[in-house]
Amino acid sequence: MAHGPSKGIGRWLFTTNHKDIGTMYLWFSFAMFLLGGFFAMVIRAELFQPGMQIIRPEFFNQMTTMHGLVMVFGAIMPAFVGLANWMIPLQIGAPDMALPRMNNLSFWILPFAFAILASTLFMEGGAPNFGWTFYAPLSTTYAPPSVNYFIFGVHIMGASSIMGSINIVATVLNMRAPGMTLMKMPLFVWTWLITAFLLIAVMPVLAGAVTMMLMDINFGTSFFDAAGGGDPVLFQHVFWFFGHPEVYIIILPAFGVISAIIPTFSRKPLFGYSSMVYATAAIAFLSFIVWAHHMFTVGMPLTGELYFMYATMLIAVPTGVKVFNWISTMFQGAMTFETPMLFSIAFVILFTIGGFTGLMLSIAPSDIQYHDTYFVVAHFHYVMVAGAVFSGTAAVYYWLPKWCGKMYNETMGKLQFWIAFIAFNITFFPQHFLGLAGMPRRYADYSLQFADWNMVSSIGAFVYGAAQLLFLYNVIHTIVAGKPVSEPKTWEGAEGLEWTVATPAPYHTFSTPPEVK
Amino acid sequence: MATDSNYYVPEQSKLPIIMAAGLGLVAVGAASWVGGGSAMMFLAGSLVLGLTFYSWFSTVIRENMAGMNSEQLKRSYVWGISWFIFSEVMFFAAFFGALFYVRMLAVPWLGSELESDLLWNGFEAAWPLMTTPDMAVAGDAAKFKGPEALVDPWHLPLYNTIILLTSSITVHFAHTALKKDNRKGFNTWLAITVALGVLFLFFQVEEYIEAYQELGLTLESGIYGTTFFLLTGFHGAHVTLGTFMLFIQLLRGLKGHFTHDDAFGFEASSWYWHFVDVVWVGLFIFVYVLGS
Repeated sequence: MAHGPSKGIGRWLFTTNHKDIGTMYLWFSFAMFLLGGFFAMVIRAELFQPGMQIIRPEFFNQMTTMHGLVMVFGAIMPAFVGLANWMIPLQIGAPDMALPRMNNLSFWILPFAFAILASTLFMEGGAPNFGWTFYAPLSTTYAPPSVNYFIFGVHIMGASSIMGSINIVATVLNMRAPGMTLMKMPLFVWTWLITAFLLIAVMPVLAGAVTMMLMDINFGTSFFDAAGGGDPVLFQHVFWFFGHPEVYIIILPAFGVISAIIPTFSRKPLFGYSSMVYATAAIAFLSFIVWAHHMFTVGMPLTGELYFMYATMLIAVPTGVKVFNWISTMFQGAMTFETPMLFSIAFVILFTIGGFTGLMLSIAPSDIQYHDTYFVVAHFHYVMVAGAVFSGTAAVYYWLPKWCGKMYNETMGKLQFWIAFIAFNITFFPQHFLGLAGMPRRYADYSLQFADWNMVSSIGAFVYGAAQLLFLYNVIHTIVAGKPVSEPKTWEGAEGLEWTVATPAPYHTFSTPPEVK
Repeated sequence: MATDSNYYVPEQSKLPIIMAAGLGLVAVGAASWVGGGSAMMFLAGSLVLGLTFYSWFSTVIRENMAGMNSEQLKRSYVWGISWFIFSEVMFFAAFFGALFYVRMLAVPWLGSELESDLLWNGFEAAWPLMTTPDMAVAGDAAKFKGPEALVDPWHLPLYNTIILLTSSITVHFAHTALKKDNRKGFNTWLAITVALGVLFLFFQVEEYIEAYQELGLTLESGIYGTTFFLLTGFHGAHVTLGTFMLFIQLLRGLKGHFTHDDAFGFEASSWYWHFVDVVWVGLFIFVYVLGS
């Protein structure tokens, strides 16, 4: 255990090292991010002007479906698992993850799962075309033949998530250095502990949903077929019982990242640490009991609508606690604005906008107007992109010096931030207007009055896509030619165990656990 | 390399990536198989998966016997199996949830005045659902024909309930015997447990044959057959796995593995077995007794 990495490709294929596995997760997720981004570019290119230009509507549906699936399951989730692999052992003073071999298994399932998913594009009948939420009967009775590949791909991807989460829970509960009590853990560890719990709870439900699909498609059951006594709406209930916690699975680790970065560059401890922990737990709990707010127009009984409406609004309370805590942390701090901090501040502002539109959508009578319009698209891209992706980017800039011992170019980092920030808003802010004006989502064409804002949105999307290539360039340039840094503490205001080990972080850290006071 | 104070971080291993490839093969193979293709790839993947499982568990057992596993590492394994069982609970929750939803909400809605009159030709909601909406509309030409009769809960299912509850007790006796270092008692009680598991599966198969051949209760017989077979079927699959796990522990017990304070493989299998037992109690109540 005292020696360094092995040579050649075998280091990566057979590794049991949490840092290697974290690195592979991060690169894999970035590759998927570019693939999903490419699908998004195809969508925006087609929507650049009204009328059919580049692709056929059938293929457009495949693009929206694959974009969502690849981004959610291939890009964002693995990115945060990668960060968890790298940072959790470093932040709690553990020598590695609790179950290192299973850790490598969790990672290596993903390339196979996504190879299967991507290969459906080339199958007869094309890739899944039923939206990333794969509502029955679109995904059962009317699905392309490739749906079976989609189902089993989701199965093994879910197995990967469950194993990865079990590993994280076991690591956090069992591997903390002496003295590292639960309430001393960095918030990134806390948010991941709760995220992992959510994953273990809801990934099996997703497995159940796709299994029901599989049975209905191939074995004559009638889960989602009213003729046999089933109900297509049952699919939506099962799916969103998974799907709503899923959105917190995506955003909670982002909260953890932001809660690490803002104190560092404000040179103040995080304001309201324990309230942050309780707010995270409260959000996780509420996430289990609000799922049908995605289904206000499906024809639920009125009492159901009211219950899900009020329960959903409650989520604004713990989320508000978090936002106020981040702002209070910055208040009267000695702030500087390096790239990670810029992304984090943008996160707080833009995520809050996404949260407010979420509050609008939670109001059942209003939602009937907004439902399935571009307003919803704008809402969840404010939380997914400006939320999850911005925080992931912030995390990479923040911890990159610790990972590779090189400093990124601050000017280039800031350049990427400003391009991404402006382009993001050009892309998605107009979609609020489009949605309020009534443009439905998931269509390859639209009426003429939506033309102007769609063109603006598409231009923003292309620039935003280009900004990601700049991000890739910045990261590679840092690794290859960045200015070497060797101080354990890269950032003056940073706190935590990860800043006590050498820079770059040695292959094995904390073989003997540190003492936490 | 590993002392009591050191957490054992294993060397590089080829097993994970081979298992991932095996899983990939299983996934592609299963998809092409259900789509009408051959089962070859699925079987090949399963073989790879089985062999890696075997090799992986052997490695872990060997490491433990070589004294490489600290108390802390053993706690990681305990957390691992506990959360795995929790994930299984949630998997069953999805299917139980589906059953409650269709029974309490979906089927009554189908039979509600407007929907029934306009869409389903006067279909009347009832549970168990013997006449499907499809039959109300299409009669004999219906695709989903309800079952003609149901499984009598007080016959085979009752036997199986007794069998499974007993087996939870016998596996506990095995554990108690092991704790007292009574190896003969351990092997005997464990063998009885495995035998009860096999007996349960035998009756389950018997019940399925009866359902298909005599009761007209099949996967295609509407939502009753759907929920019945998916819930009992996945439970049966878990009993199969649990029996197999306990059987392996029995072989290990006969080989002289396990001591009174170091028997994680057996303990994990027995927790899994108790979980399977609890699920069955839920099935017996909600599917068999209250369902007929």
